[in-house]
Amino acid sequence: MTSSGEVMVKAEGLRKSYGTVEAVRGVSLEVDRGQVVVVIGPSGCGKSTFLRCINLLEEPSAGTLQVGDRLIEFGSKHSMPRGRDLARFRARIGMVFQQFDLFPHMTALQNVMSGPVIVKKMPKAEAETVARDLLAKVGLAAFTERFPRNLSGGQQQRVAIARAMAMAPEIMLFDEVTSALDPELVGEVLDVMKQLATDGTTMIVVTHEMAFARDVADQVLVMDAGQVVEQGRAEEVLLRPQNPRTASFLSRFHSTIGERKA
Amino acid sequence: MTLAAVYNWDFGLVLSYTHLWAKGLGVTLAYSVGTVVGGMIIGVICGLLLLVRSRWVTLPVHYYVEIFRCTPLLVQIVWFYYALPIVLQVELPDWFAAGLGLTLYMGAFATEIFRGGIISIDKGQWQASRALGMTGGELMRHIILPQATKRMIPPFVNQSIIQLKNTSLLYVVAIPDLMYTGSIIVSDTFRPLEVYTSVAIAYFVILYPLTLWAARLEARVDQ
Repeated sequence: MTSSGEVMVKAEGLRKSYGTVEAVRGVSLEVDRGQVVVVIGPSGCGKSTFLRCINLLEEPSAGTLQVGDRLIEFGSKHSMPRGRDLARFRARIGMVFQQFDLFPHMTALQNVMSGPVIVKKMPKAEAETVARDLLAKVGLAAFTERFPRNLSGGQQQRVAIARAMAMAPEIMLFDEVTSALDPELVGEVLDVMKQLATDGTTMIVVTHEMAFARDVADQVLVMDAGQVVEQGRAEEVLLRPQNPRTASFLSRFHSTIGERKA
Repeated sequence: MTLAAVYNWDFGLVLSYTHLWAKGLGVTLAYSVGTVVGGMIIGVICGLLLLVRSRWVTLPVHYYVEIFRCTPLLVQIVWFYYALPIVLQVELPDWFAAGLGLTLYMGAFATEIFRGGIISIDKGQWQASRALGMTGGELMRHIILPQATKRMIPPFVNQSIIQLKNTSLLYVVAIPDLMYTGSIIVSDTFRPLEVYTSVAIAYFVILYPLTLWAARLEARVDQ
C-alpha cells in the first residue's frame, strides 16, 4: 500500500463515447507503483468503462494513456495498438471481472496456467508451478483439479484473480468483482484482494464496498456522469467529502447499509 | 380382398441384383461423405470469414448462404449439372458437376452452424481471453473453438443425416445412387413395390441408428 513514486498508469483527459452518448468525459488519474486506487460512484457513472479503457477493452475516443513506458494518444493522432501489439499491451495488465469469466472447459489449474502457457509460451511444468503457488495463495490449493462449474462463486472469483496474477501483471484491474457474489462469499474475495494490496500490487478497483475502500485505498476517485467529481486520500473523500454529489452518493450508500441491518 | 393380400410378393428376384444394389449403396455413401466433408470445409472457411469485421468479406458470404438456403436443392443440383458448364464454357466430369450443388448446399448450412457455434460463446470468454493478452488466433484456438465445437457437433450431425437423404435427389442427373439403381432394377423387373420398398428400408437402416446417435450426442452436450 506504499508508493515508490514511480508512475505505473497515467491517464489524461480520457474520453469514451458511443455514438452521441459520452460515457467517460475527460478522466485523469495517476497511479504510482504499489498504490491502490478505488473508483466509486453510482451505477452508470462510467467507472467500469473507464477501467476497461485502461487495458483497451474499450478504445478511448480521446485523451492519452500511459501504462509503464508505453504512451498512447487517442483521437485524431492515432497510436492505438492493434493485433499482436495490442495483445502484448494487455498482457501487462491483469483484469478481474464481475462474472468471473473462467474458461469452463479448463480446470482451476488450467485456467491459471492459460495465460503463461498460451500467451507467454511458458513451458507447462513451469507454468504449473506458478499456478499451484498462486492457487495456494488464494486459498484453493485443494481445488486445483475442479472445473469452474464445481466451484462456488467466491472460489471461482479467487481462481480468476490467480489467473490474472499468473501473468505477473504490472497492474491489476478489478471491475466490481464482488457484485455478483452471494453476501457470505464477498469476504473471502476481499481478503485475497487485501493480501495483494499488502504485497505491493498496484491496483485499480471499481467497487461498491466502502469498507474495502476505507481500509485499503491510497486514493479514492468518485465518478458521476462520466466525470471525476472528487479525488483524494480515502479518509478525506469518504469521511469529509467536499463535493455535494459525493456526499449525496455516500449518504445514499450509508442508508442502504442501514436498511439492510434493520 | 385388398391388393396386398392377392399381390404375389417377390423380394427374391429384386434382391438378386446384389451387385447393383451394393454399387448403388456405395455411390450414395460416397456422395454423402464427400459432400458433407466438402461442405464442412466450406463451412469452416466461410464461418470464419463471417467473423471478419469488414462488409466486403461478410456480405458475399452472407449472400452465398442465403442463396443456397432460399432456393430448392433440386434446382441447385440441376443448375450446377446442366447450366454451370455452359456458363464456364468447360466440360466438368459428370460425377463432379452432380456433387457440386449438394456440396455448396451443405456448405451453406455448415457455415451457419459454425458461425452459430462461435457466437453462442459468452462475451465474457472473449474479453477474459483478450484481457490475458491473447491474440485473436490464440483465443479462437484455445478458448472459443474448444467450447464451440462441442455445440456445433449435434446440429452438424443432424444436417449430415439430412444430407444423406438429399443424395437421393441425384436421381434426376442419373447418378447411379441407391435411388437411381432402384429405378434401373424396376425397369428390368417391373417390380416397383418390392424395389422401392427395399430402397426405403435401406435408407432407414442406415439413418435410424445415426439419428439415435445424434440424439445421444445432443443429450451429452446439454449436460
